[in-house]
Amino acid sequence: MKLDNIYKEEKKSAFAKLSEIIITMASRPSGLIGLSILVFHIILAFISPYIAPHDFKAIDPTLMLQAPSAEYWFGTDDLGRDVFTRTILGGRTALTITFFGSLIALLWGGLLGIFCGLVGGKIDDVVMRIVDAFLSIPWILAMLLIVSLLGTSTEVLIPALGFFYGKGIVRVARAATHDVIAKDFIVSARARGHSNFSIIWNEIIPNVRDAILVEGAMRWSWMLLGFSSLSFLGFGVSPPTPDWGLMISNARGLMSFAYWAVIAPIVGLSSLIIGINLTADAFAKALGIDRSTKAPV
Amino acid sequence: MIFLIIKRILLGFITLFIVSIITFVGTEVLPGDACTTYLERQAFGEQLEACYRRLGLNVPAYERYVSWALNAIQGDFGYSLSGEMPIKDVLGPRIKNSLVLASAAIFIGIPIALILGIITALWRDKLPDVAISTVTIFAMTIPEFISATLLILIIAIWLEWLPGIVIVPTDVSFLELLPNIILPVVAIAMIMTAHMARMVRSSVIQVMASEYVQMAILKGVPYWKMVFKHVLPNALLPAINVVALTIAWLLGGVVVTEVVFNYPGLGRLVIESISNRDLPTVQALAIILASIYVSINLLADLLTLMLNPRLKTLQIRK
Amino acid sequence: MTDIIQKVKNLSIGFRSKKGEEILILKNISTNIKKGETVGIVGESGSGKSTLALAMMGYVKHGLYTIGGECQFNSSNLLRMKSKDLEKIRGRKIAMIPQNAGQALTPNLKIGYQIDEALQLHSDLDEKEREKKISELLNKVRLPSPETIALRYPHELSGGQQQRVAVAMALAGTPDLLLLDEPTTGLDVTTQAHVLELLNFIAKDTGTSMVYVSHDLGAIAQVSDRIIVMYSGEIVLEGPSRDILKRPIHPYTHGLLKSIPKLSLAGLPESMPGSQPQPGTIQSGCSFFDRCNFSDENCKNNSPKLEFLKNLNTSVRCFNYEKLVNESQASQTFNKIKNKSQDKEILNLSEVSISYAKQKLLDQIFNRISDDNPTVKDININIKKGETIALVGESGSGKSTILKSIAGLLRTKDGLIRFDENRNLSSDLKERDPNDLRIIQLIFQNPDESLNPNHTVEEIIAQPLKLYFGLKGEELKKNIIDLLQKVRLGEFYTSRYPRQLSGGEKQRVAVARAFAAKPDIILCDEVTSALDVSVQAAVLNLLQQLKEDFGTTYIFVSHDLAVVRAISDRVAVLYQGRLCEVGPSNDVYKFPSHPYTEVLLGAVLEPDPDIKPKLVAEDIVEERPPEKGCSFQGRCSRIVGDICKKEIPPWQLTDSGNAIRCHIPIKELQKEQF
Repeated sequence: MKLDNIYKEEKKSAFAKLSEIIITMASRPSGLIGLSILVFHIILAFISPYIAPHDFKAIDPTLMLQAPSAEYWFGTDDLGRDVFTRTILGGRTALTITFFGSLIALLWGGLLGIFCGLVGGKIDDVVMRIVDAFLSIPWILAMLLIVSLLGTSTEVLIPALGFFYGKGIVRVARAATHDVIAKDFIVSARARGHSNFSIIWNEIIPNVRDAILVEGAMRWSWMLLGFSSLSFLGFGVSPPTPDWGLMISNARGLMSFAYWAVIAPIVGLSSLIIGINLTADAFAKALGIDRSTKAPV
Repeated sequence: MIFLIIKRILLGFITLFIVSIITFVGTEVLPGDACTTYLERQAFGEQLEACYRRLGLNVPAYERYVSWALNAIQGDFGYSLSGEMPIKDVLGPRIKNSLVLASAAIFIGIPIALILGIITALWRDKLPDVAISTVTIFAMTIPEFISATLLILIIAIWLEWLPGIVIVPTDVSFLELLPNIILPVVAIAMIMTAHMARMVRSSVIQVMASEYVQMAILKGVPYWKMVFKHVLPNALLPAINVVALTIAWLLGGVVVTEVVFNYPGLGRLVIESISNRDLPTVQALAIILASIYVSINLLADLLTLMLNPRLKTLQIRK
Repeated sequence: MTDIIQKVKNLSIGFRSKKGEEILILKNISTNIKKGETVGIVGESGSGKSTLALAMMGYVKHGLYTIGGECQFNSSNLLRMKSKDLEKIRGRKIAMIPQNAGQALTPNLKIGYQIDEALQLHSDLDEKEREKKISELLNKVRLPSPETIALRYPHELSGGQQQRVAVAMALAGTPDLLLLDEPTTGLDVTTQAHVLELLNFIAKDTGTSMVYVSHDLGAIAQVSDRIIVMYSGEIVLEGPSRDILKRPIHPYTHGLLKSIPKLSLAGLPESMPGSQPQPGTIQSGCSFFDRCNFSDENCKNNSPKLEFLKNLNTSVRCFNYEKLVNESQASQTFNKIKNKSQDKEILNLSEVSISYAKQKLLDQIFNRISDDNPTVKDININIKKGETIALVGESGSGKSTILKSIAGLLRTKDGLIRFDENRNLSSDLKERDPNDLRIIQLIFQNPDESLNPNHTVEEIIAQPLKLYFGLKGEELKKNIIDLLQKVRLGEFYTSRYPRQLSGGEKQRVAVARAFAAKPDIILCDEVTSALDVSVQAAVLNLLQQLKEDFGTTYIFVSHDLAVVRAISDRVAVLYQGRLCEVGPSNDVYKFPSHPYTEVLLGAVLEPDPDIKPKLVAEDIVEERPPEKGCSFQGRCSRIVGDICKKEIPPWQLTDSGNAIRCHIPIKELQKEQF
């Protein structure tokens, strides 16, 4: 059979599939850039405590607002702390919190969305109305309220972020499920008499999985944006833990004469968000999902 | 048609109703109440009693909700704890200022987004597209507080072209306000425009690949006539809803931008009232912001309904 | 030569694969279109025929590019022309009638405007004259009340009307050359015949040249003077229409014509093995090599050239065409199917009605369906064990609806579905026990949709085996391989995904899945409609073979009367959800007695220039069945009086066991035909 030449693809292990997706992602320039930035930040988050040249919380009034030098590469801040040290450590908290936050968002958003898409009817109407209502409260207001009343600990931030960023995933998962259940292979499975559980697990989830994962990846970058906004407003990580949002907020007032203290965290944060965004974009393209017409809700 | 419009409006009200319940229940179940959180360590004895009486917290929750909701419909949101005055008086000038900021950003953003989106779609994968798309990705992903900070650093501090921080009383005339709002408007418009431009781009690309556009080309319709008659009306119609959702979502960014520029709008009021633990004001803000969100979406829905010939002649289906 | 209007010279068009290879869609095509002639280009999906038609307008789709050659129109190469100059040719000199007018008309613009646009661009008429011209054009394509149609939006018209508007739009520029890209595909049989007749009329009336692109040899046979047969991006045969159809000297065309079921012949046509290769997979040799009955070593290694045979006035791309020169299509024989149906009843539908109307709240509460004029009504069919019964009708006839209710996917309003003489089946899935579900299996129209894209062939076939028989491990695997062999697929298919299979292979997997349940009844919903012609016969033969092996009963739904003729023992004709005629297929086809059956059979297009379709009734689209009287009253040309509008016609039996529902006496009905 001549057709065998191009149809060699066989069933693959999950690992083989993943590495294939990553190779496809890296084959575009934007995907390669995104992946490299993301990997760089992840590695940095793991090794930064060991390579930091100074103590991130060592306050030294004699070293206030020093310009960049051989000793202090990115200069020092208003309390005399080393900006380089604080910058390379600054991504750890944000990265961890938003990563686990996205996981939570993915889980509850995905499951609820699939459920709604499947049952349809009145239950679906009511649930979507409530989700819509949650959507119409600005996330920042809701987050600020929760954080100000419950505190800024990780145990509060991760589920709260996960909750507020999951509602968009509900919509995506629901729409994807809606598309799938109209297909004949679902009709076929129903006509055969498979249980609902079996239909969800075998027929629906494999077909909506990609769309939900892509949405989750995109959420991650929005969530990082939201989280750093929170810490910029003083409602995120508590000092003296180094955090980019907080560093920018602190150094902002003094930037007319010490711009270095604000530039370094800006570069750190922007590059991470762009890295995640480009990666998510490349991930979507590698899986053949077009989400560019969707609103970032 | 009329049935559809009424249905959409009703759905909007239902959403607002649910929002009011969520915020009410939310503030209710979180630890502490308006008075204990506001007074913090002084929350005992006579002072607490006085506060309870003033806010009417000594009656059951559902009764409070009903009376609060009835008043809220009439525009009376109760009494601000920190401002020591009726909330509606606090809100008035703030709403006006924020509206100026947001609508300026929207009105500047939409035409630019349209132009950029269309250019990138028509020159897809060519130099203009690659260049503009790269810029939009940056503009879209960088948080408002970063772009705002950079704008202040470069335009206000290094170049000294415009004031970096808005130091004006809440009730100034528009002309006095103008130089002060340029930078905040740019900061908000940037992210908004980038999002919208991307959506317009992909919508136009989708329509350009449609069979009816191919047909128009094969009919000998000149390029630009085809773009304006056959492509844009069909590409922009579905984009209206998505653009509305984006605008509504990005209103959250207005909060941050207002703080960066010290701008006396609703956003800063959010931060202030939360820092001051002024729960009645927070509740009022939630409802107001949610109604803005709901009305923007409603407007987009109605606009789509009006412009779409398919829906115009649509009998009520399902 | 002045009478050549379009000259295609050594045209190659292709795209670059992800790996950077150049993959050809069109390979070195050369042909001429003469003034006033109609050329049919026929080929399966992926043969490059549409790409060729578009290239004739100087248009190459996004992602494809011209590798070499030219398309000359008035001695200038369209493929190198500036878009300014092309705009003056497109629509004015060469016009296109698209495949799917519903998609090709701009949704936000009124019909009148879209025709006016063409007039503005390509004529010097002023506004008044243009307005008149629009009416004229709409009249010419036989659309009722042109003034109101002009004010409508495309979505407000039926498929047939949209196609007519597209024709009017193309005629607006009075072109010298009309390109038609599958203009009747997707329309109902009767509408299709009407549109074709219109096109024929226009060709004669205006004298324009036409290039008619289609996969359907039946349609091509009706319109074209000359036929070009394409396979895998090449012209394999080109010559006068009659010669090509009567004496095809290329093995592909030969096999293709043999594999098309015909109305006049009962039984299954011969099938052609394999399927058309994907672009870029043929490295050397003839592209038809592995499906050819006449091939030898030479064909494997060398590609044949297109050779012009002067005595036959035909060009052919084959080393061994001589073997076919003397063989005539008339020698065709069909394998008569053996009717093995027993007298035992296996499924009985009595008084079945089905409604799509939205239920009112009160009815929902009482769990009942109320609708006085349901979509499907009064269906009484008795199906015998081992027979193949076909439900035929146009879209909206309710044939698939009935199938859904039998499968338990759609609740009936009234009536009983009885299995095996004594067991009542609920029309609600939830009320059926697993065995009830097992005995009835479904095969769907489009295997792309009916196979889960994320499952391998093994997983797909394993589902019913696990569900109904609880098979595991080695035994499961053995059963899967067994089933694959039964549908003529090798063991190595187990690990493949549906997207790696061709259309025919996918449908075989769907067949295997249905048989895995060891069902008594298989419901086939348009199972061959999505397949290429050359693959269709193979699937039909397979279904017949399996039926003979397992004694399965088929309920076969199709709009294609020739396919139904080939496979079914009995036929039930439906119109607007009401039965018109039920009888042994020989009788239904031989004595087309019910007026609707007559209309349907008359509209069938046969790949034979001598058999012309008979257009008996108008191709009106009816939204709802009539409230009273005969369901076909709206379109019937033989109405006998008021009785047709008031009373539901009685069932009349012929001597051969054919039941007809009509007010015209049976003698009268049959007489008309002789």
